[in-house]
Amino acid sequence: MPEKGVSCVEPIKQPGQESASQPQKSEQKEEPRMATARVGQKAPDFRANAYIGGGFKQVSLSDYSGQWVMVCFYPGDFTFV
Amino acid sequence: MAVLAISTNSQFVHKIWQEVELSKMVEGGFPWPMLADMNGHIGEMYGVYEDDAGVNIRGRFIIDPDGVVQAMEVLTPSVGRNVSETIRQIKAFQHVRTTGEVTPSGWQPGKPTLKPGPDLVGKVWEHWSIDQD
Repeated sequence: MPEKGVSCVEPIKQPGQESASQPQKSEQKEEPRMATARVGQKAPDFRANAYIGGGFKQVSLSDYSGQWVMVCFYPGDFTFV
Repeated sequence: MAVLAISTNSQFVHKIWQEVELSKMVEGGFPWPMLADMNGHIGEMYGVYEDDAGVNIRGRFIIDPDGVVQAMEVLTPSVGRNVSETIRQIKAFQHVRTTGEVTPSGWQPGKPTLKPGPDLVGKVWEHWSIDQD
């Protein structure tokens, strides 16, 4: 049976965005978001759907507060390097 | 410590990649969460999202227990990371956090560290030489 919260289309709001209303459809391009992570500053919190331990759950960076964490971005599954 | 792997693939693709490939490369597969950043918002927050390609490029960030970014390394997709350098850095940052000593160039566990302070000014050469790098 699917766990609570697992579906095909599941909006994820980043921490700090919960109160933002739905963006309006418009002809204009959205303003580009500024990068906020900097070495020596607090890492921006984030949350995402994740695959772990054979199942799916939502994971936030703040779940790991108190531990060393390495956040590794990579271009894509099934690619080469 | 924990590792969070993030790409713009969905969690469903992560599951299949784990089952079809990763579990064959490593016993038990990849043991940490694989996150889905499909709209690139997380990558944008970390300055690694390439909008035209729709992917996060190869960035890795070492974050300490207080949530502060201690190190980052960002590469374009064609060149892979050096895992032993990453581990070396994590050990160095952990050593600094525990002892307050600083680790000079090329430090490996067991090699000399430096105790920063006014007495060390102009005297680093007495404690460390470039041959030790």
